[in-house]
Amino acid sequence: MTEQTPNSFRNQPDERGHFGQFGGRYVAETLMPLILDLEAEYIKAKADPAFKAEFDDLLEHYVGRPSPLYFAPRLTEELSGAQVWFKRDELNHTGAHKINNCVGQILLAIRMGKTRIIAETGAGQHGVATATVCARFGLPCTIFMGATDVARQAPNVFRMKLLGAEVVPVTSGAATLKDAMNEALRDWVANVHDTFYIIGTAAGPHPYPELVRDFQSVIGTEARAQLLERTGRLPDLLVAAIGGGSNAIGLFHPFLDDPSVKMLGVEAAGHGLDKEHAASLAGGFPGILHGNKTYLLQDDDGQITEAHSISAGLDYPGIGPEHAWLKETGRVDYTSVTDMEALEGFKLLCRTEGIIPALEPAHAIAAVAKVAPTMPKDAIICANLCGRGDKDIFTVAEVLGVEM
Amino acid sequence: MTRFQAAFSPTRSALVCFITAGDGDTSANLDALVAGGADVIELGMPFTDPMADGPAIQAANLRSLAAGTKTADVLRYATEFRARHPHIPLVLMGYANPMVRRGPEWFADAASAAGVDGVICVDLAPEEDPDLGPALRAKGICPIRLATPTTDAARLPRVLDGSSGFLYYVSVAGITGKQEAALDSIDANVTRIRQSTDLPIVVGFGVRRPDQAEAIARVADGVVVGSAFVDIVGEHGVNAPSFLQDLTASLAKAVHNARKG
Ligand SMILES: Cc1ncc(COP(=O)(O)O)c(C=O)c1O
Repeated sequence: MTEQTPNSFRNQPDERGHFGQFGGRYVAETLMPLILDLEAEYIKAKADPAFKAEFDDLLEHYVGRPSPLYFAPRLTEELSGAQVWFKRDELNHTGAHKINNCVGQILLAIRMGKTRIIAETGAGQHGVATATVCARFGLPCTIFMGATDVARQAPNVFRMKLLGAEVVPVTSGAATLKDAMNEALRDWVANVHDTFYIIGTAAGPHPYPELVRDFQSVIGTEARAQLLERTGRLPDLLVAAIGGGSNAIGLFHPFLDDPSVKMLGVEAAGHGLDKEHAASLAGGFPGILHGNKTYLLQDDDGQITEAHSISAGLDYPGIGPEHAWLKETGRVDYTSVTDMEALEGFKLLCRTEGIIPALEPAHAIAAVAKVAPTMPKDAIICANLCGRGDKDIFTVAEVLGVEM
Repeated sequence: MTRFQAAFSPTRSALVCFITAGDGDTSANLDALVAGGADVIELGMPFTDPMADGPAIQAANLRSLAAGTKTADVLRYATEFRARHPHIPLVLMGYANPMVRRGPEWFADAASAAGVDGVICVDLAPEEDPDLGPALRAKGICPIRLATPTTDAARLPRVLDGSSGFLYYVSVAGITGKQEAALDSIDANVTRIRQSTDLPIVVGFGVRRPDQAEAIARVADGVVVGSAFVDIVGEHGVNAPSFLQDLTASLAKAVHNARKG
């Protein structure tokens, strides 16, 4: 660790939206005035008790929060090391953590008088969550989704349509999440006057990484209180999967200033770090894409390289800027897990706990399966179970060679 | 007098022509634009994720990258262009990541050595100027900024601060090549911006035909045409130069004569 330890890890970003050297606002001029408006509105909303009251009310009665904290006895026994606990955000309405952020952002959109919503989606979970809050508030929405993902996440495409969303398949590039985000940005510049872009992860131009983190921090705030109540102490290790990094930062952020709590972010190593993967911290370099400076998978010329993960939600060549900063400061450790290891994690949780996880948190489970056995039996791990696996059973069946 | 100062004049509007580097026969395409009467050249640096561009320029970026174009090739096209055309201003236009990949100083040095006069970095907001602007200025390269229909009076000074060469007014809130610009709004915005700057104001996005270009040239110091050229390269490939030259000539005539009579 070369940098001086900051007094607090919880006071980022600075007023220009920078997390150390990362973050910022790298967007076309057409979007700048809108992004500055959003920042001003978010500052006002944060100070407005009515905004917080409405957000909290929706999280409780619509999303179903607080989500349970669950001790996994058979998994713990099987791994015969640290106690494994799960934050059960897969039990939220719509089946993942994504809805926490969508509730917050749609309330901001309404405050700003916007009448149309757009979003990008990879696995379709963020698209479903966006379509859900749009139906709830009666706003039309358009979801951009890579054509590859439309094919591999068919159930979520149908869900979005049932909820009244227009789903636009994007065919440029590898037709996955990165390309969907490009297309959403293109739509946004052409429709700034009435359109709000609900970004699905803790990335993009400032203030998105900050506000998505704040809305997702309900995960860590609840987990911290629940762990203290149930175990009488803080956990030793937090574990979360990382696509753009929203579920991970949501779990980690409220604990960042608790020095005894270690944290592990798990990137997708795809076919392996020496082959195609989606681990931008492990295999990337700092660069600029989609409005922020962060670690990116790229070549020597700064061309973005295609990511690969079995999990559509992790299949992105970048990562939120706060994680880039947390890596550089050394506060959070990052590791990666391959497609095959994630599949083993998926099966492990099904078999030991009767919970079918999404392929994204299956990466976190695989990491837990590696570290728990190396830790003492009185150690406590809390992993984020950020999504349920119903959407992934077709992908898993295909990999396992099962006809459905 | 800089090449930019020589290219712009109060009595004659300038034609600014954009093509993507590495798409088709780049040097022959550039020569065709000059032969047709281009006053300023914008050479697009291809990027995998051109998120401010419409389908035409997106496709050109992907064709160029698929053909194996590297940053070194773009700089080589620039160097060779400068040797053949000592007086025509040359602007590199692209996205931040390829420009800063090896560090801003590396890019500014290389662009300066290649004879580049200005750089348009589409996704580098003035707020992030430190990432590239100081390095360019140190080498005498003009950072050219974009103003848009959403750049209001309060924000305009921010955009103008630190920009030089010319100001690029984006006539529509949107991506390249898609919508047509509304003339009365261009007129009003150029007049408004002119009160805040002495820089030449060029207008682009959505300009394809001589009649549109002529109408804009009456109020603006320059008119940018891009997607129409890029479409020609897409359609005709290595046979594009003669078609490019014909279109350039008709646009140049319209633009150059707009302020006469
Ligand atoms: C269940 C689930 N977990 C994780 C992710 C990855 O996103 P993030 O890293 O922002 O949590 C996704 C994205 O679609 C998801 O659906």
